[in-house]
Amino acid sequence: MTITVDNGSRRPLGLRKAVGSPGWRLPVLAVLAIALVTGPLFLNSYWVGLLTQVVILAILAMSLDVLLGYTGLPSLGHAAFFGVAAYAVAVLSTAYRADFWLCVLAALFAGTVLAAIFGMIVSHVRDVYFLMITLALGMVLWGLSYRWIPVTGGDNGISGIPNLMAHAGMPWTGPVAFYYLSLIVLLVCAGLLALLVRSPFGLSLRGIRENEHRMRSLGFNTWLHCYLSYVIAAAFASVAGVMWAYYNGFVSPTYLELTASSELFLMVTLGGPATLVGPVLGAGIIVLLKNVISAYTARWLLILGIVYIVAILAAPKGIWNLGRRQSG
Amino acid sequence: MKRIRFTLAFLALILAATVLLRGQTPAGPFKIGFIVPLSGPFAQNGRDILNGFLLLLDEVGYRAGGRQIQLIVEDDEAIPAVTLTKARKLVEADRVHLLAGTLLASSGYALAPYVDAQQIPTVYPVVSSDDLTQRRRSKWIVRTGWTSSQPNHAFGEYAYRTLGYRTVATIALDYAFGWESVGGFQRTFEAEGGRIVQRMWTPVSVHDFAPYLAQISRDVDAVYALFLGRTALQFMRQYAEYGLRGRVPLIGSGTTTDEHVLPFMGDEALGVVTSLQYSAALDTPDNRRFTGAYRRRYNKLASYYAESMYTGGKWVLAAIEALGGRVEDRTRFLEALRAAQPTGLPRGLVTLDEYGSPIQSIYIRRVERVNGELQNTVIATVPRVSQFWKFNPADYLRQPLYSRRFVPTS
Repeated sequence: MTITVDNGSRRPLGLRKAVGSPGWRLPVLAVLAIALVTGPLFLNSYWVGLLTQVVILAILAMSLDVLLGYTGLPSLGHAAFFGVAAYAVAVLSTAYRADFWLCVLAALFAGTVLAAIFGMIVSHVRDVYFLMITLALGMVLWGLSYRWIPVTGGDNGISGIPNLMAHAGMPWTGPVAFYYLSLIVLLVCAGLLALLVRSPFGLSLRGIRENEHRMRSLGFNTWLHCYLSYVIAAAFASVAGVMWAYYNGFVSPTYLELTASSELFLMVTLGGPATLVGPVLGAGIIVLLKNVISAYTARWLLILGIVYIVAILAAPKGIWNLGRRQSG
Repeated sequence: MKRIRFTLAFLALILAATVLLRGQTPAGPFKIGFIVPLSGPFAQNGRDILNGFLLLLDEVGYRAGGRQIQLIVEDDEAIPAVTLTKARKLVEADRVHLLAGTLLASSGYALAPYVDAQQIPTVYPVVSSDDLTQRRRSKWIVRTGWTSSQPNHAFGEYAYRTLGYRTVATIALDYAFGWESVGGFQRTFEAEGGRIVQRMWTPVSVHDFAPYLAQISRDVDAVYALFLGRTALQFMRQYAEYGLRGRVPLIGSGTTTDEHVLPFMGDEALGVVTSLQYSAALDTPDNRRFTGAYRRRYNKLASYYAESMYTGGKWVLAAIEALGGRVEDRTRFLEALRAAQPTGLPRGLVTLDEYGSPIQSIYIRRVERVNGELQNTVIATVPRVSQFWKFNPADYLRQPLYSRRFVPTS
């Protein structure tokens, strides 16, 4: 299996700069990075917990960005892979008492192989049809988690997943250690994904997003590109699923629900598709807004709705794309 | 180097100060962290639970044991992961003395390991999953509500002995609450000599009962139904439309005709017999006072959800009173919660067993129309029912939990 990319030798790396980005992004990025790295030093454990959620969901949102932002395939079933990986960790670590690395590798394998199978079906369609099929497949998995009771525990889910640090035999414990571990995982994932989207393969994904017919007539196997993009996105979603299972210590069918997938969709679109940074920002905004506002008022859903509408009106291409003439 | 040493000393000073200050202020308010769904499909049930608590706290003027009570309410949207996040906020950021609430079994199970790890006293007034106080019980959780199978154990025997039924078909929502309720009913009903000839499960999201009603055998003595909320209303209506009402008597779990849906039902609900640890029509002074106050304040009938939290709240208040407001020692507070004997409960006398689950009267109720309003008239009382019914707890716990497939024969 080879992917031939003819323009690999002259990668237009300067493309992003040429689009014209105002200078606010770098300082904001620096502030965000400092906040993420130093935050736990002066926050209490609850806020560290929220930051951990942000970081894990950021991995998930970035993985969807590969699909939604770079390849232009809107998936409404992305939470499925996240959920399947989480369930794999839960089942193996509780019912089979498997050790840490087996849990992690099996979970990543489960999510990726599932995507490899689903990808055969979904990579043939585009746009709204892609949306519908991913939605349907996601619902199938949700139904499975709900009804395959001997394995998944049904509605009650599975609790009693061991603490990650203890399970992996690491010397550290506590929420701060878990947070920094998640942050490292995020940085590794972000690095890999950044390499991916800047690679010739990533550039051809963007080409498919802009004009698939042209890409095909240029000799690209666009089906294979979409398929691989789908599988890679699922693999990274599985990483987030593993972290999420360990973070919460339990799994339940709500992880695979449509609301989970659509909230994820919102994180990417709000933050800015095809930027990788945007989805991280989107995850942060949504998690923090939800938890902060709901602490003060019972009408928090109303406020959240207004915030989304204002954000979409003011920054239709997402916050990170503000001021850019065209995205990515 | 000097600067580092200075910084360290400064930090140590702040740390010492906070520790000292925290130790010195026991007189602050008693904080209760309260989690229920207030948005999403279970918002109405959550609202009822909250209403019951607010009514009680107003009655005592938000004071107990000489301390002010501060209630912090959080919405968990009936999503277990959110329940956990909110609990983290309440325990780690708000530093509450007690957690209370949650509606769904999944939320209850998700919360239990966290509660144990944090060693935070927790009251479950509504969550009824059997195993929370049985095979997977948690030291820090006190359940003041009920277990799903509890009223049904009593009801199975009653259906055989008093109602005289010999064959029953069951139809229930397909999740843990349904399995445990039907399992409890089947176990005692069959132990008496009766037979469950048909067991049907409908998805929780069921929208049309026609396919199920068509399958129900017309030759059984009665149909046992377990539904709640929207599904209860719809089942009741379709049961009548399919000509089953009047032909096969309908019995069921307490939630099927609970007061959260009863006012929205019509004549189709008349005569349905169910069992629960509460009925708003219970004719005792304590209950009349409670339902009267509830109606005056919220202009509606008190449901079992409202009563559950009212009673659970009384438990908490009694424990605070017993300690004279000194609730900082969590172990002592937990002991006080388990030992509390609140009086004036709408549902009657309740005591906790050693597993932290209530022993209480189970009421057999029949839907009747009184003064133009439907009510669950109490037609029989089974006193002092424990979560283990008449079985030996040790033997009971050796058998697996009731499930879709498993009902022990005994």
